[in-house]
Amino acid sequence: MMRKVSFRSFQALFSAVALMFLVVTGAQAELLIRVTEGADSAIPISVVPFAENGNMPAGDKVSSIVQADLAMSGEFRPLSPQKMLSLPSKRADVYFRDWRLLGQRYVLVGELTRNGDRVEARYELFDVNREERILGETAAAPASNMRSLAHHISDKVYEAITGVEGAFSTKLAYVTLDRAGGNARYRLQVSDIDGKRARIRLESKEPILSPAWSPDGKKLAYVSFETGKPVIFVHELGSGKRKKVADFPGLNSAPAWSADGQSLLMTLSKDGNAEIYQMNLQSRKVTKLTNHWAIDTEATWDSSGEGVYFTSDRSGGPQIYYMAKPGAEPRRITFGSRYNARPRPDASGNYVYYVHQRDRAFTIARTNLKNDEETVLTRTGSDESPSVSPNGRMLIYATKQSGESVLTVISADGGAAYSLPASEGDVRDPAWGPIVR
Amino acid sequence: MKLSAQTKVLALLFSAGLFAGCSTTGENMDEGGYGSDVAPIDQDGGSTVYGGGDQDGISSSSMTESERMEAQQQAEQEALRDITTFYFDFDTSEIKPEARDVLVAHARFLSNNPGQKVRLEGHGDERGSKEYNLALGERRANAVQRFLIVNGASRGQMETVSYGEEKPAVMGSSESAWAQNRRVELVFQ
Repeated sequence: MMRKVSFRSFQALFSAVALMFLVVTGAQAELLIRVTEGADSAIPISVVPFAENGNMPAGDKVSSIVQADLAMSGEFRPLSPQKMLSLPSKRADVYFRDWRLLGQRYVLVGELTRNGDRVEARYELFDVNREERILGETAAAPASNMRSLAHHISDKVYEAITGVEGAFSTKLAYVTLDRAGGNARYRLQVSDIDGKRARIRLESKEPILSPAWSPDGKKLAYVSFETGKPVIFVHELGSGKRKKVADFPGLNSAPAWSADGQSLLMTLSKDGNAEIYQMNLQSRKVTKLTNHWAIDTEATWDSSGEGVYFTSDRSGGPQIYYMAKPGAEPRRITFGSRYNARPRPDASGNYVYYVHQRDRAFTIARTNLKNDEETVLTRTGSDESPSVSPNGRMLIYATKQSGESVLTVISADGGAAYSLPASEGDVRDPAWGPIVR
Repeated sequence: MKLSAQTKVLALLFSAGLFAGCSTTGENMDEGGYGSDVAPIDQDGGSTVYGGGDQDGISSSSMTESERMEAQQQAEQEALRDITTFYFDFDTSEIKPEARDVLVAHARFLSNNPGQKVRLEGHGDERGSKEYNLALGERRANAVQRFLIVNGASRGQMETVSYGEEKPAVMGSSESAWAQNRRVELVFQ
């Protein structure tokens, strides 16, 4: 509540001097979450409500958040606690036969203990068929940070079962557009991947787009029109400090970080048309990587950090191209339709995801880089801005639902999972943050 | 950029071919096919601009034929320049044939008024990817800029900016909304 109040007074102060934009750190109405479908192959798991020792902070229960995390991945089908025959919190109380009868493959039990201003969680995960404990851990967090504790437990459970690192503790960046009262308000926000704990990082009357996470998760690069044209900024999330890094004549857009966080790929048109450049963030020196009369844009590094994917319309319409190293002769990747754009490779190097036109619909598709097989993943029709989770298992993109822009998260093979509409207005341009260690 | 009331009157009269009524020479009246009376103005629906005996602003009784031609052309050009938005097909930056005369009029105006500045704002529809649309909007603005330069405007009078799909003219996801959003707007400053 304190935060909300201070945000309002901050806003009032600045609107009085009619600034074009605001850097803010206030709380914001959260995205809603709407779980649409789970995959048929989803794994049955029981997240038993955790026992509690001492006063627990108000708000969602840790075990409820874990259950929701696993459900929204689309890979798990958690059992409703009402259907459980018992509510054990330690191994001695787990009757495997009961859980087998309920068709469960895994059971998570645990207890929370209040310890001053911190809460400690002790939890255990059991394989029902093998009657074995496959995970046991204690973890603690400030009482004000129960959501982080819950997402941490979700990550551990996910990894213990699938063998893949969980991404429930990662963040999303996105842009909301509020047109209430006839005044456009663009807000760059960062939230948990379930849309909770959203915070505004920048507010502007002019468009903000293409947020891109630094590899350490501490900075966002983005394009802001606050000066009347597209300019690239780098914004430190911790301090709120930001720097204008590219303000050349023409376009300054599509920033993408290198794995070492020392440089940005970007699209500049200072020499006449849109070309891809690499900027060293220390020296601000730019190196031109493409040279073609066509549009070259939307560059991103491949998983090895050596090659670059980008969009070019040099063949007549936009298609995905790949340079094995910066400046190398580009090779065309997509052939399946006349419009393929905005490549996003996953961390494994197995797939590249992109916007794909199929008949009259704009969908998200992926190409398997090992066998060139293309799969269309979505069917909503006006889909754009795909961004892959750092563990490669989920994908977020922007789409339309009844005329409003929403974000949708799906499993990377296309099984629908959940959507994140804004409580009001549009939400677009999602960027999935890295796993922070 | 706003036309004065006087020029508007002039423009309407000229475009209706009625300026001949103001001429002093009978020859021209005959060629024009009209009598010296002012009545045809009303018949042509020009009554709103024909305010009475005192024809302020159209007292060009001593105009020569070439001056009249020039004035007529100028009026036509001004009427054309009321159009400041130019539309494009999906994923193209080709200037449509019907836009050419209007853009030529703008180019001449810029050429005759070297102090005039104009901002060319390029836009795309919502379909496809945002960053590609940003580049496409720029290419559309550049296409218009090149056309204006070829027709007499100078580069220094113009700046271009692309908003991509960020500032639609019309909300909605219909063919008609998309068609109205793929555009370049000339904003005179």
